[in-house]
Amino acid sequence: METAIVVVIGADKPGIVAGISSKLAERNVNIIDITQTVLRGIFTMIMVVDLDTGNVGIGKLREELQAKGKELGVEVLVYHGEVFKFMERV
Amino acid sequence: MKYTADEMGEVINMLSWEDLDIRSVTLSVNTLYAVSDSPERSLEKLSYLQGPLTRFSEAVDHVQEKLGVKIVTKRVAVSPVQYFLEPIPDTEYALRLGRKLDEIAFKSRIDYIGGFSAYADRGLGRGSYVLLLSLHEVMNSTQRLSGMLNSASTQEGLNVDAVKMFVDEIMKMSPYASSRVAIMANSPQDSPFVPSAHHGRGMPNASINIAVSGPGAIVGAIRRSRPSTFQELYEVVKKASFKVTRLGELVGRTVSEELGVQMGSVDLSLAPSPAVRDSVAEIVESMGISKIGGHGSVTALALLMDAVKKGGSMATNLVGGLSSAFIPVSEDSIMANRMKEGYLEVNDLLAMSAVCNSGIDMVGVSRDEGHDKVTALILDVLSMGLILNKILGVRVIPLDGKPGDEVDLGGLLGKVVIARLKPVDVRDFTSKTGFMPTPVKRLETG
Repeated sequence: METAIVVVIGADKPGIVAGISSKLAERNVNIIDITQTVLRGIFTMIMVVDLDTGNVGIGKLREELQAKGKELGVEVLVYHGEVFKFMERV
Repeated sequence: MKYTADEMGEVINMLSWEDLDIRSVTLSVNTLYAVSDSPERSLEKLSYLQGPLTRFSEAVDHVQEKLGVKIVTKRVAVSPVQYFLEPIPDTEYALRLGRKLDEIAFKSRIDYIGGFSAYADRGLGRGSYVLLLSLHEVMNSTQRLSGMLNSASTQEGLNVDAVKMFVDEIMKMSPYASSRVAIMANSPQDSPFVPSAHHGRGMPNASINIAVSGPGAIVGAIRRSRPSTFQELYEVVKKASFKVTRLGELVGRTVSEELGVQMGSVDLSLAPSPAVRDSVAEIVESMGISKIGGHGSVTALALLMDAVKKGGSMATNLVGGLSSAFIPVSEDSIMANRMKEGYLEVNDLLAMSAVCNSGIDMVGVSRDEGHDKVTALILDVLSMGLILNKILGVRVIPLDGKPGDEVDLGGLLGKVVIARLKPVDVRDFTSKTGFMPTPVKRLETG
């Protein structure tokens, strides 16, 4: 399975999770894991998503999510799952 | 595979806020197929490079997009131009070759093309002689070409005549041109670092070499862990270095798969960039030496370098290049500031060269200091490489101005500070000619 890690950071407000996840749904990208916290008003969400189910390449997906993030006033980072596998597991 | 939030946080932190990125992906390619006794024929054959280089450029862009990891520069290393000049030892031809390579790099969106290089450890051959004669003109008239002169090796000795010719040439170069040439001892065959990158003998036709950059990630790890013993400090650096190198390994493997070119090596070096938070000097200062150049700097650097090598060697099977900590002065904003403030002197850099291997790198010298002092400075570094049997290089930037002045070269090159050289006459020493014989270390190897 080809995965990507989506990180969303910004000032907390309603609609961030909905905005990002609806964009993923639009592209048929499945969310495998999701963790979200608000620390002192800073919203942080990390998602592991499955690229295989989607109908979009990671580059395009990153572009679209970042555009969505801009609308929502949050920062979005998208890394390939391999990066985490390589750096954290031997 | 499941990751903990801490693990994910760590990687995200390194990549997004600690400037962990890939400094360069370098395609090393054998270009000896284009050697010919007709200039037109060899230039025409070199043109074939355009296709593979463009594909390489696209592959690197694609991998950057896929992984989401920043790749700062794309580089190509070609066979030393010395060999091209053997059948046609002519400076006009050398100039055309240099410009051709520069043009190919420009057209295929390659940031640097390395290989305007020669080996002259024992003496100057036809090719290396002409290459040296044409060096200033070639470098002054190109933008992306880089070159290296290996004029010392533990196996062959130190060629002082070649060093003098090299100094004559760099004195005639613009600052931008001289930042693209280095003089070295024991140059490796597979360095992904400009200016020493070239495709060496004994290598396959093509390979992918990686250089990582991650001083910010090491500084972050030290600051977070606040170690109280040297062993803890060592452990922190080792672990962070493993992760930094691992990222290089991943990028290397991905590019190599994409392109169908075998993976060469990962250089385990920590290299700075003028960006804030991307400084090797900051690592030393985060260890507790408040200003690099202070007593203890050499120990801190030695500890750093050893821990980097141990951590990194677990992360890749293919260690290559110069593998150490780079301390180029202008490319490291803190190094440049400490030099300007007077905490760091040329002799400190020399002492540090004993434990890392960039030697004296990106240091400005006043043209008024004269050829002899610069020659002697280079000889000091090269003989250390010779005796200690390690890779060392010198990249000095001759500038008009007084010690303490600084010139901003911009981009990755940063601000060059003119260093103060010792006010001592060395002409009687440097006026001697010839080469220095091989050290006794040579005898140990048979």
